[in-house]
This record gives sequence, C-alpha cells and structure tokens, in this order.
Amino acid sequence: MRVSAIDQAVISFSSRSANEGFARAAAACFAAQLDPTLDELADIKTAVSEAVTNAIVHAYPDRLGKVTMRLRLYQDGQLEIQVKDTGMGIPDVEQARTPLFTTGNEERSGMGFTIMESFMDKLQVRSQVGRGTTVTMRKRIARRAGVPR
Amino acid sequence: MPITVTNRANATTILLSGEIDHHGARTMISQLEETISTWLPAHLVLDLSGVTFMDSSGIAVLLRTLRQMNHLGGSLRVTSIPTQARRVLDAAGVGRLITLD
Repeated sequence: MRVSAIDQAVISFSSRSANEGFARAAAACFAAQLDPTLDELADIKTAVSEAVTNAIVHAYPDRLGKVTMRLRLYQDGQLEIQVKDTGMGIPDVEQARTPLFTTGNEERSGMGFTIMESFMDKLQVRSQVGRGTTVTMRKRIARRAGVPR
Repeated sequence: MPITVTNRANATTILLSGEIDHHGARTMISQLEETISTWLPAHLVLDLSGVTFMDSSGIAVLLRTLRQMNHLGGSLRVTSIPTQARRVLDAAGVGRLITLD
C-alpha cells in the first residue's frame, strides 16, 4: 500500500546552471523540518546538486528546458526527492550509472550517480530517449531524541 | 570563485573559496590553469579550507589540476579539506589518485 506524503513541495526552474545552488538550498530548506544533522543536510544538498546538474548538462545540451524538483516527506521521516526533466533521455541507464562514465565536458567527472548512491539510501533512474529522465532519491532522516515530529 | 595564491620557495599554495559546483567549475579550472602556467610550481598545494560546498564538479577540477601538474612533472597535494568535500572525494575514491591530507 502506498503511503501518502505528509508534506510536499514542487519547484520548477529553467535549466540554467545558476539554478543548481537554488535547487540544493530549496531542498535543504524543505528537509530542515525533519531537524536533520548538518551531515544529513550536506548529503541532501550534494545529491540534489548532482541530479540537477545532470538534468542541466545532459537533458538539454543545446537549449533551455524545464527541470522540476518534487520534494515529499513521509510520516516515518523518509524524504523523497524527485528531479525530472523532459529532455533527451539516457539511452543506457546502466552505463550512465557506471563510475567515471561521462558524456559531459571538462567540468564533469562521471561520478554524479555514484555520489547520489553514496549519499542517499535509494536511487532510481527512469529514462526514455526523447521523453526525458526522472531521478528519484530517498533518504530516511533519523529521529533525534527529544525532538518532536 | 575567488582563489588566493601564496608562492614560497618550496611550494605554491592556492586557497580555494566558496561553492564548487558545475556552475562555477569552468571558471575555477581556467583560473587554476592560468595560475599554474604563470608560477610553474614544482609542488602545488590546494588548500580547500574556504570551500563551503563541493559536488562531483570539484573532482573534475582536482583531476584537471593533477593532469596539468603531471604534465609539468610537479606534485599535487590537497589540504584542509572540509568534511562535506572530504566525503565527496572519498565516495569517488579520489585518494587513490591524489594525496589528500
């Protein structure tokens, strides 16, 4: 049975690189209601930065497009972050997730998905060539003693 | 993306500050390349103490710098790495390629 979210936020923005910082700050602000540790917040910001940068660099290589970030919070402290684009899509998701694989330029290292996997509990990548890509990440924020939720 | 250069007889230290992401990486790569081409250091130290955020774009910055230093026959060391940046570098196994203090 699918549990419904107790809170959610949807943010859409242009695929401009200046919005990378905006997206990770917005995700961190949303997650703040869970009273995460500084390390957990840093993990969320890092993973969001990777997912949004992928959309900006790879989904729309020669035009501006729309990136949508959906943030959902569940009763058990689970945070879900979905980053969606309607760009080129990834022909081979498994290959794209391989460490050091990149089709990007000099500022890309090919470690984006590896970082997302390391910093979040779950990572799912769905993509269709010509239709776009949706990256869904989940992280459970541990409840701290004495902090009501 | 400010960088500060300190040049001593035995090593050149470059202090990196601010957020290193894809948005600022290209500028940072150019600044570093220019600085290294100017000073031609035998030993380069990258001091990350001023870095407030870094994602995998920072790995690309470090690997580019390593390549340039290898090309010059010099050495590269990365120091004063903040916790968040350190976790990114560790997740990618960068310590196998670059000396991280």
